[in-house]
Amino acid sequence: MPSITLRNISRYVCQDVNLEIFDKELLVLLGPNGAGKTTLLNIIAGLTDYKGSVLFDGQPVDELSTSKRGTGYLFQDLVLFPHLDVAANIAYGLRAEKQAQSKVEARVEELLQAMKIKHLSSRYPKHLSGGEKQRVALARALASSPKGLLLDEPLSSLDVQTSKYLRLELRQLQRELGITTIYVTHDLTEAEEMADRIAVIQGGHIEQVATPEEVFFYPENEIVRDFIGTPNILDCASCHSLGQGIMEVSCGGLLVIIPHDGNSIQRVALFPRDIYISDARPPGPGVNLFRGTITSIKFVDGTVRLGIRAGENNLLAELPRHIFGGMELEIGGEVFFILRMGRIKVYEGKEGR
Amino acid sequence: MKMNKLKKVRLGWGVLPVVIFLAIWEVVARLNLIPGQFFFPPFSMVMQEFYYLIANGVLGDNFLSSLVRVLIGFCAGSIAGIAVGIVMGWRDIAHKALHPIISLLYPIPALGWLPLLMLWIGINEMLPIAIIFICSFFPVLYNTVTGIRSVDKDYIQVARTLGASDTKILTTVVVPLALPNIFTGLRLEAGMAWRVIIAAEMVAIPTGIGALLMKAESLIRIDIIIVCLIVLSIMCLSFEKLFQYIETKLTTKWR
Repeated sequence: MPSITLRNISRYVCQDVNLEIFDKELLVLLGPNGAGKTTLLNIIAGLTDYKGSVLFDGQPVDELSTSKRGTGYLFQDLVLFPHLDVAANIAYGLRAEKQAQSKVEARVEELLQAMKIKHLSSRYPKHLSGGEKQRVALARALASSPKGLLLDEPLSSLDVQTSKYLRLELRQLQRELGITTIYVTHDLTEAEEMADRIAVIQGGHIEQVATPEEVFFYPENEIVRDFIGTPNILDCASCHSLGQGIMEVSCGGLLVIIPHDGNSIQRVALFPRDIYISDARPPGPGVNLFRGTITSIKFVDGTVRLGIRAGENNLLAELPRHIFGGMELEIGGEVFFILRMGRIKVYEGKEGR
Repeated sequence: MKMNKLKKVRLGWGVLPVVIFLAIWEVVARLNLIPGQFFFPPFSMVMQEFYYLIANGVLGDNFLSSLVRVLIGFCAGSIAGIAVGIVMGWRDIAHKALHPIISLLYPIPALGWLPLLMLWIGINEMLPIAIIFICSFFPVLYNTVTGIRSVDKDYIQVARTLGASDTKILTTVVVPLALPNIFTGLRLEAGMAWRVIIAAEMVAIPTGIGALLMKAESLIRIDIIIVCLIVLSIMCLSFEKLFQYIETKLTTKWR
């Protein structure tokens, strides 16, 4: 399987995009709608004109038509041929390549088994569930042993449970096949679960390419930080184990208790919505309960965002507007807050960081 | 078992109004409720004449003439319509070049061509066939173009990524997906061809059901006129149902 390289690619919103997807890697293109994710996939597949150069394993493929590039493409709507049954859908690419009937049948059989859809082989797409359609579409994309796999939000139409299950299966399959894959999504959780690396794209620009942890704990700019949900990221000066898989870390003067079974913690992160706010000291054991000063109050849609200074940290907390209305909070005033222990993300760090 | 019973009940409800209509017709005619039995023969008398016309071969000969003309004209017009429609639907340049001409010619009723064709072709066997050809060609063409162009572009792109050539995409994806539209055109025009052939034969051709209709009119044979109309009705319906059946066979599994 080759690596895929984009050099100075321009088309529509995408301007001068450079990106390299390594051999056997699963790279997630993460960005909001209209960021240019699908455009980049179409460019790699040769479905649209573009400026710049696409290379498969170092060889330019710009002059090759879509059918000659040999990429497997899973469209957002899956786009199974409605007039062909499952087996014929999977066999379509093999027949287009004019492979011998016996080879076609053997490969279809192999994929039906691998995708656990053998019992569906003579069904038409209209009789398939969302998850079944997804498996058939994936089998079809893989049938011709493509050089690279392009997945355009293939799970977006499925329910959360099925989507999560298929995500894991897809990831496992990708690892087994060792196929270079680009996976497009706008969902951070999905990206974190799937990716070897994440490329954050917005407005046609690649803002950051890094491992999921690096993107989350070391966002390169405000655009990336905003897109991943403006988490509070705290540097940890020291940490020690309290036993039973619990650690205490010191972050800018706050001693935070975290369920973690590792050696060290370099950074912790928490979304603003995962900080409980109170204008009076809440009752209870006081784990991860701190006191701070309100530095800003911003009204955003149905929520209120509070800037809080606590120790050496500037934190951002978010609470629904109706709850804020029931409290007496003002800039410069004192506020109590609890960091939700289960929601704290941990970055252990690695050499070089 | 339950389904069969249900079907029988539905069939019963479908046949019942026809039986009631025929019974009322028979009674009204027999009781002379409409003055002049001559102008309004009872249904039984019409059926008697139907039998005579079949027995002496008059109906068979004329029916065969009309049938051959319809089949040749309709098949030729439909095949040409589908072929040109596929080219226009698939290639933008063909669509841009031909669409204005087609748009101008399509609204002209098939029978509107009759005077022109009488002068160009003359009054011979080719005339009704040419009329049927025109009658079938434009609607089938229009439906084919619509069908081909309305195929979701995603299907074409998927086929491309799977390595299919343009010809392969056209024959294995686009045309099959356009079949429902194409069959709508064929189904409607199969019935229409019979309506038009009758009109053409009435005006210009001395053989066929239309010609028999005109002869019956000149002899004031209401029973024969009604026989011809019944044949026409049956043929229109049969042709439409035939194409509906083929369409269902070809597309029901996946639609």
